Amino acid sequence: MTTTSIPVESATLLDLHADMSFSARQALAISDVAKGSRLWRLAWTLGWLDIKLRYRGSMLGPFWLTLSTGIMVGALGLLYASLFHMDLHEYLPFLSLSMVLWGFLSAVVSEACTTFTEAEGVIRSVRMPFFVYAARVVIRNLLVLAHNIVVIVVVFVLLSVAPGWDAFLAAPGLLLWLLDALALSLLLGSFCARFRDIQPIVNSLMQIAFFMTPVIWKPEQAGHRFFLLQPNPFFDLLQVVRAPMLGTPLDGMTWLGALLYSLALWVIAWLFFIRARGRVAFWL
Amino acid sequence: MTSFPGKPSISVEGVSVSFPLYHGNARSLKKMVVAAASGRLGQDRNQRVVVEALRDISFSLRGGDRLGLIGSNGAGKTTLLRTLAGIYEPVTGHVRVEGSVNALLDSGLGMNVELTGRENIMLRGLYNGMPPETIAQLEDDVTSFAGLSDFINLPVRIYSSGMVVRLGFALATAIRPQILLMDEWILAGDAAFLERAKHRLEAVVRGADILVLSTHDQAIVRTWCNRVLWLDQGRIRADGPPDEVLEQYLGHKLDPLPVEAEPMAV
Repeated sequence: MTTTSIPVESATLLDLHADMSFSARQALAISDVAKGSRLWRLAWTLGWLDIKLRYRGSMLGPFWLTLSTGIMVGALGLLYASLFHMDLHEYLPFLSLSMVLWGFLSAVVSEACTTFTEAEGVIRSVRMPFFVYAARVVIRNLLVLAHNIVVIVVVFVLLSVAPGWDAFLAAPGLLLWLLDALALSLLLGSFCARFRDIQPIVNSLMQIAFFMTPVIWKPEQAGHRFFLLQPNPFFDLLQVVRAPMLGTPLDGMTWLGALLYSLALWVIAWLFFIRARGRVAFWL
Repeated sequence: MTSFPGKPSISVEGVSVSFPLYHGNARSLKKMVVAAASGRLGQDRNQRVVVEALRDISFSLRGGDRLGLIGSNGAGKTTLLRTLAGIYEPVTGHVRVEGSVNALLDSGLGMNVELTGRENIMLRGLYNGMPPETIAQLEDDVTSFAGLSDFINLPVRIYSSGMVVRLGFALATAIRPQILLMDEWILAGDAAFLERAKHRLEAVVRGADILVLSTHDQAIVRTWCNRVLWLDQGRIRADGPPDEVLEQYLGHKLDPLPVEAEPMAV
């Protein structure tokens, strides 16, 4: 009897010691990220299927995201423009951009908490680089962002606002976001696998951050209370992407802040991931 | 990636695996912080309840070895399989596995019932790092074996239970590794019913250089394995030829094998 079984092509080596030194643990973490990056096709498919599943069977599919963001921006825009006595023509582009970008940030922070817990079944049945699950969370949210960008485009076209060439200066900021999102998924993913009460804490912090960060209000409105924005990492990070797109000037301090906050996040996430990588399967 | 053509091996030295039991307070960061602030954390850490699933396990396997794991429920058989698969990293000791591994640990193995059959097959291929051409091959193989032609684009949720079993079985046996780690689910229930399923499984088992199989079925152990580890509360109680260890385990002489259960040509 012959079968058409498919041979596994690449042979592998697994060499695990207990009580490893820091550098040995770090080597395993590096190989996790390297192997995980090579599985980008898997991460992409997982992220895409997450979106597809969420909206399977609905008529608009993922464009429900676009529609609900559009309605939200429209309603908030009309309300706050009159509350703040602002010109809708000027406020609406700002708001649409802010809401969409903030939506990405807060969803990444919140979903980073379930990076590993949502993949429990797979983690417990096959050895996979943990980086794949982090990439899946980020890809899923990039796909949501891509659908929401339609709202920004529609608002800009309707009000015939052109962002100008400066908009391309948002690219380095987006790259920074991407790296931050991956680091955060590794950090919060493992931390929340261990401590299950983190996610509600994170969600309520993000709720506070939404009001403390100039998302629906403009940074200028802070006036003499501007110092309140200085210790807010979300302010610097939001500005490095949003300001170029709105054509507002961006000072070096904002970029420096965004870089320093990101650097701190990467270091903490990396150290924690080195420690936690081998333990995540036990925590699930 | 390093490859080890033709010489897969497993070496396990002094391996212990223990699970911390996170119940109640240990799961909560708030309570841990409060405990730390009131100076109770050190005490907690020393008194942390752990389940020692594997204790000081040592053995090594090379090409041609077919190891059967026996022991009562909770003896550590599945934990040992998971440790060999690299899912659990040892708390003490050293595990070295050379060669491609496929671990058939549970029938679900990441199968998502909301996704279609085709999507599940594609995911399995991707988990195994297959390029698109190989995934297409996998899809043909699994679809024709499981007889899913009309259902391949429908969610697994609506499949009959027989179809789900066939899909799980076909997926599990479609990949041909050098080292096959097998939990007994694949032998149980409806999976081994069909003659062609049995042939397919035997082909995969025969194709593997090393087999590690956890089972309660002594006939399977006697036909498929040439070495048996008896695990008891996470320790190795006995290690040797199947009949010898089985007799110790069961506490009585074994009956001769029934005629139809011919030892497999390995």
